[in-house]
Amino acid sequence: MHLTAILRVTGILLSTFSLTLLAPVAVALIYGEDSTSQFGALFLLTGGVGCTLWLAFRGSAELRSGDGFVVTVLFYLALVFFGALPFMYDKTLNATFTDALFESMSGLTTTGATVFTNLDTLPKSLLFYRQLLQWFGGMGIIILAVAILPMLGVGGMQLYRAEAPGPVKDNKLTPRIAGTAKALWVIYLSLTLSCAGAYYAFGMSLFDAICHAFSTVAIGGYSTHDLSLGYFDSTSIEITAMLFMVLSAINFGLHFSVFRQRRPALYWRDPEARLFLCLMVGGSALVSWVLMQNPAVSETPVLDGAFHFVSIATTTGFATVDYSAWPTGALIVLLSACFAGGCAGSAAGGLKIIRVLLIYLQGLREVRTLVHPSGVFTVKLGSMPVPDRVIAAVWSFCAVYALSFFFLFMLVGLISDLSFESAFSAVAACLNNVGPGLGSVLANYQALNDPTKWVLAFAMLLGRLEIFTLLVLLTPTFWRR
Amino acid sequence: MNILILGAGQVGGTLAEHLASESIDVTLVDTDASRLQALRDRLDIQTVHGFAAHPDVLLRAGAEDAEMLIAVTSSDEVNMVACQVCYTQFRTPTKIARVRSASYMGLENFFSNDHMPIDVLINLERVVTDSIRLLLEHPGALQVLDFADGRVKLVAMRAYFGGPLVGRELRILREHMPNADTRVAAIFRRGKAIAPTGDTVIEADDEVFFIAATEHINTVMAELRRVERPFKRIAIAGGGHIGSHLAHQIESQFSTKLIEFNRSRCEVLASSLKHSVVLHGDATDRDLLIQENIDQCDAFCALTNDDEVNIMSSLMAKKLGVRQVITLIGKPAYVDLVQGGEIDIAISPQQATTSSILTYIRRADIARVHSLRRGAAEAMEAVAHGDRRSSKLVGRRLSEIALPAGASIGALVRGEEVIIAHDDVIVNAEDHVILFLADKYQVAAIEKLFQVGISFF
Repeated sequence: MHLTAILRVTGILLSTFSLTLLAPVAVALIYGEDSTSQFGALFLLTGGVGCTLWLAFRGSAELRSGDGFVVTVLFYLALVFFGALPFMYDKTLNATFTDALFESMSGLTTTGATVFTNLDTLPKSLLFYRQLLQWFGGMGIIILAVAILPMLGVGGMQLYRAEAPGPVKDNKLTPRIAGTAKALWVIYLSLTLSCAGAYYAFGMSLFDAICHAFSTVAIGGYSTHDLSLGYFDSTSIEITAMLFMVLSAINFGLHFSVFRQRRPALYWRDPEARLFLCLMVGGSALVSWVLMQNPAVSETPVLDGAFHFVSIATTTGFATVDYSAWPTGALIVLLSACFAGGCAGSAAGGLKIIRVLLIYLQGLREVRTLVHPSGVFTVKLGSMPVPDRVIAAVWSFCAVYALSFFFLFMLVGLISDLSFESAFSAVAACLNNVGPGLGSVLANYQALNDPTKWVLAFAMLLGRLEIFTLLVLLTPTFWRR
Repeated sequence: MNILILGAGQVGGTLAEHLASESIDVTLVDTDASRLQALRDRLDIQTVHGFAAHPDVLLRAGAEDAEMLIAVTSSDEVNMVACQVCYTQFRTPTKIARVRSASYMGLENFFSNDHMPIDVLINLERVVTDSIRLLLEHPGALQVLDFADGRVKLVAMRAYFGGPLVGRELRILREHMPNADTRVAAIFRRGKAIAPTGDTVIEADDEVFFIAATEHINTVMAELRRVERPFKRIAIAGGGHIGSHLAHQIESQFSTKLIEFNRSRCEVLASSLKHSVVLHGDATDRDLLIQENIDQCDAFCALTNDDEVNIMSSLMAKKLGVRQVITLIGKPAYVDLVQGGEIDIAISPQQATTSSILTYIRRADIARVHSLRRGAAEAMEAVAHGDRRSSKLVGRRLSEIALPAGASIGALVRGEEVIIAHDDVIVNAEDHVILFLADKYQVAAIEKLFQVGISFF
């Protein structure tokens, strides 16, 4: 363990993160709000801590890849802590430490579950900061998913390691992590800019357009309005949001390959993206069909069905209508879809489509092995064989994911007074990084007691760090290493 | 003619034997002195011991005077380098090399005199798999040979009791099949060729060679035996070069099972094949064959590199109820032993390769040569050139052409058109003539027939 090196890198990250506190200062100046000094002070505090760590441990040893687990978790914890400060020190909000931390965690993990109400009355600078938190979190997650997790080999993600053969090799964006991060950043930024442009063109104010573009591309789901995207009541905005949610939930490595080779056909050739797109179309049609059978609950069943399916299945969590009155069938489809989530290598949560696909293929292989006991079958993604080690890792990931879910569900059931439906959906929404749940957590987590909020915040981090990254640190084996 | 053969393996050895018997001067090069010794004791050939790609070895082998180089060592790279050396150092006119790896085949324009100077590429695996595929597509045939880019086929099959034509004279063929023209090129009865005429009566158990346009093949076959239903399920034993190549070719057409002994090879195969079922086990393991319902299979192809395993697994599969077994047998002695018994078809890889090389050795303008009946007979596709004065063929009726004994003309291909040979057909210049030679000692006479006289030039 190289504690000094880890602290140095954390310092660098905090210093970078402190820059995000400057944007709200600018917003406050534009709208003439008095939060300038508050954000300025927090910028100095965060930046100061960051620089101190950076300079104090300058010249310490290089990181080793084994330190990746600690570094990743520590990054998140430090960011969540410092990210929570603006919520605590805001004069209108005056959030408790628990609430601020929950909100910061929800933002940085791009979950989008909120404990704050009356968003429309909050200062614009704070709203902007909250959206920026998700955007920053989304970027971190994509780098985590494309560069760090494959290196650590968590949950079969070594599949995406640079040396993996076959079509996935295209995902080796550029050889070094720094270069990769830069390429991803450009894609992320251009998606955000085009999304904001589209929102603006379809009638949002510039402020709302930028804020919502942040949370759309980050697969977050925070909004500047209590009514979420329903506030705008615009079909074209909803369709734009759907388009960008789908785009952002596709592997960013794939986006890069398509961009570099100028071949949009790659989206269809990639087995994961193809399955994801099919699921989006099929699921939207299914939910729309259920809504059409119940004309009372929705006036525009096709749009509502498709929008909410895409929003929940990509784990974004935007809403345009109150769907609590929808038929149970539709809600179960939505809830089930968020477990599959988006593609690996994006900011989406859930199990990830690639793992669902691999488990399905492995099941198929088991069936064929039963029919032909001497048969040799390999699991293939496209034409590329998947090593058994990866399959085993994916299996254990899914098993531990399910176990964690039921453990957290039980815990929430014990310490909160939520109904079965609410507790189940709250844990699912947090572990899968969706945001809104069902029942009493449909729009807001405000009413929950503090211990429940802590458990759910832990669930968000657990889901976001792909379980094992966090779980590894909780085992004695790791520290005895 | 002076031919240099590199590599005295199965292919090189068989080829040398074949060519030496045609009084061609053959020099054989190999690193295995004892193998060379064994061949030299048996055949009238010259041998040189040494590494086939080395210029000094090639020089010693007489590369300067060789008209043709045939590089058939087991290494693609040695073959390629030897061709390069012969081209730059000795200006050898014709260079034939065996190149196996599919990796080299993907290169465009690579095998040209500017880059890798090889005139003819021999791919043993492809030749063998092509012939097996044709057999699988025509159930009941003993041999199926392509001519004129697949427009015409020569089919060998055994006549059975119950075939509508069996026990009848050949002349009624036309009445029976007004729409499908065909010509019986040869009939082998108890191993002896009989020249078919209109009066010849087909007997049960005769081996009948007939030529027809590809679309008529199945109609003609139905006249000679009960109609076979098309093959659906194929089992292949052995996932080596030939087995895996065949599985790749046929897996979209047939439901395919592939049995391979080596576990890691199985995994390679399983990941490269799309639809086939790859089974890990011994092809001679009776329990495995039963477990995999081998009796439901239409054809069993034993294609391992071990003759004994191929023969034993084929016998077992046949016993368990497979309709047809196709067995790859390298040793010529084994072929005589098993063919016509339990094993339906024995395929010899050397014979297939020899055929493809013979095409380039014949002196006339030959488009295709197939060696038949272990080299005793030959079928060839030759192009007629010249005019009535310079050629012995062009402008004449088929009945006027003086063919050597045992040779018969089966069909002509004129552009896209397939003309089945009848006495009144006249040969035009540039026609592709498909001939059948019951006895290959007539090859020289045929070559002479197709050569254009001096006046042509």
